Amino acid sequence: MPIADEAAAKQIILETLQKKKGKTKFYLKDFYKFLPDEKLRDVKKLVNKMVTEELLEYWSSGSTTLIGLKGLGKQHAADGED
Amino acid sequence: MELKHKTPLLDELESGPWPSFVSDLKREAISRKTNEKGIDYQCPAEMPEDLLGVVELSYEHGRTHWKHGGIVGVFGYGGGVIGRYCDQPEMFPAVAHFHTIRINQPSGKYYTTEYLEQLMSLCERRGSGLTNMHGSTGDIVFLGSHTPQLEEIFWELTHNINQDLGGSGGNLRTPSACLGMSRCEYACIDTQALCHYMTNEYQDELHRPAFPYKFKFKFDGCPNCCVASIARSDLSFIGTWKDDIRIDAEAVKAYVGGELKSNAGAHASRDWGPFDIQKEVVDLCPGECMAWDGSKLAIDNSNCTRCMHCINTMPRALRIGQDTGLSMLVGAKAPILDGAQISSLLVPFIKAEEPYDEIKEVIENLWDWWMEEGKNRERIGELMKRQGFQKMLEVTGLKATAQHVKEPRSNPYVFWKEDEVPGGWKGDINEFRKYHQR
Repeated sequence: MPIADEAAAKQIILETLQKKKGKTKFYLKDFYKFLPDEKLRDVKKLVNKMVTEELLEYWSSGSTTLIGLKGLGKQHAADGED
Repeated sequence: MELKHKTPLLDELESGPWPSFVSDLKREAISRKTNEKGIDYQCPAEMPEDLLGVVELSYEHGRTHWKHGGIVGVFGYGGGVIGRYCDQPEMFPAVAHFHTIRINQPSGKYYTTEYLEQLMSLCERRGSGLTNMHGSTGDIVFLGSHTPQLEEIFWELTHNINQDLGGSGGNLRTPSACLGMSRCEYACIDTQALCHYMTNEYQDELHRPAFPYKFKFKFDGCPNCCVASIARSDLSFIGTWKDDIRIDAEAVKAYVGGELKSNAGAHASRDWGPFDIQKEVVDLCPGECMAWDGSKLAIDNSNCTRCMHCINTMPRALRIGQDTGLSMLVGAKAPILDGAQISSLLVPFIKAEEPYDEIKEVIENLWDWWMEEGKNRERIGELMKRQGFQKMLEVTGLKATAQHVKEPRSNPYVFWKEDEVPGGWKGDINEFRKYHQR
C-alpha cells in the first residue's frame, strides 16, 4: 500500500534533511530511517518522486548513489571536500 | 599532423604488438581536427587531444587528474550518467567536463551497421567521439560529453535510435546475455528473450536507485558461461538440463576413428596425435560418470555436473538434454572488499518460460531481503556471507537441497531450528536416560 499521507512524509524528509549539519548527501537507507513505519519500496518510490519534483537530487559516484536536498552541498566531485 | 599536447609517455604504449587506445585517440583527434565530414560538433573538437594531454600528465605525475561523481543526469533517471571532471581545467579545457554515458546494448549484442552508424554519429556530434564498447561495465559507453548535451543525447537515443540508458550507481545494472538460441546449439534457454523481458520488467530498478549498491543480472544459455555470469553478476542465470545427455553412438565412433575432428577442429595448429576418447574425455569427467568400453560410450547422468567438457569436445556426438531450464546463482563480485567471490547455487533448476513468474518471485524476495538488511555499499554476496546461506534460503522460501552442499561436512550452513525439531530444544532428561546411559 502506498504511503497514506504523502505530503506529511515529504515534509518529514525535507525537515530532517534541513536539520542535518555537515553532511548534505545521504544513502537511500538513511531515508528509510526517516520514515520507519513505511515500507522500504514505498519510501524508495517517494524519494525518487521527490527527485522528479526537484525537491531532492541524486549524486552519483558511478558506483554508489547518494541523495540530498536540491542545490545543497557540492555539485560535483567528492562530497565532504572543503 | 601535430597535436595540441606532446605525449612521449603515451607514445610508448603504441610500440607494442597489441592494438593501442593511444592510436585510437590520436586517430579520432585528427578526424575531429580536420572534420572532413563537416560535423557540427556540439562539444569541443579538441576533446580527444585534451584527453591525450590529461592522460599523459597522469602518467607523468603517477596520479589521476580526474574527479568522478556529481549530480549530472537526465530528468527522472538516477543512473546511466556519471559525472566526470578534470582537476586541471585550464590546461585541458575541452575535457574540463567529461561525463560518461552508459547505454543499454541490444540483447545478445546484435547490431546492424545502420544502428552502429547512428550511435557513432550521435557520439561524434554530441560527445567526444570516443566510445567503449562492452568493456568492464559490459554496456555501450559514450566517453565524455558536456552537461548541456546529456538531455539531447538521451532524447536522440530514445526517439531516433530506440535505445535506453544503462544502469549505474545503486541500481540494477544493464543486464547482459549471451547470444543463446539465436546462434548456439548449446543454449538451454532463450537468453535474449529472458534478458529483454527482465530489462523491461525492472525498468524502475534500472533507472531509479533502489538498492544499497550495484546489482547485476547476467544470462548464460549453458554452463559454458560465455558471459561469465557465475563470476560477474550478483544474480547469475545459467541454462541447464534435467534429463540425459543425448548420445549419437555412430558419431562417437566417428570421433574415435578420426572422421570427425574433436573440439570442432579447434586447437589444430599442431599435431596432437589421434583423438583419445579415454584420455581426452572420459578421464577428465569431474563427475567420473563416463565409461568407454572400446565401442560404446555410457554416461551415468545422475553424477553429471554439467561441466560441458564432453559436449564441447564431441559436439556432433553429444548434445544437451531436452528438459531444459536454468539454474540461479547468487553473489558473485569483484575483489573490492573481502576478495572476489563466485556465485553460489540457490535454485538448481527452474523453467524459463514467460512470464517467468517463479524466477521473478526469487528475484524480488532477494531484493526485499537485501534492501532491508544490506548495509550501505554491501553487495548481496557479502550479505549472504554475513548472514549465512541458510538465511537466504529462508527469505526466498526455498528448501535446502543436496545441490547446495559442495561436499558433505565441508559447508554445513544448514542447521535445524527449534520449531523444526519435535519437542524443541527442551527434552525430557528422564525419558532420554531410559535409552542412553550417562
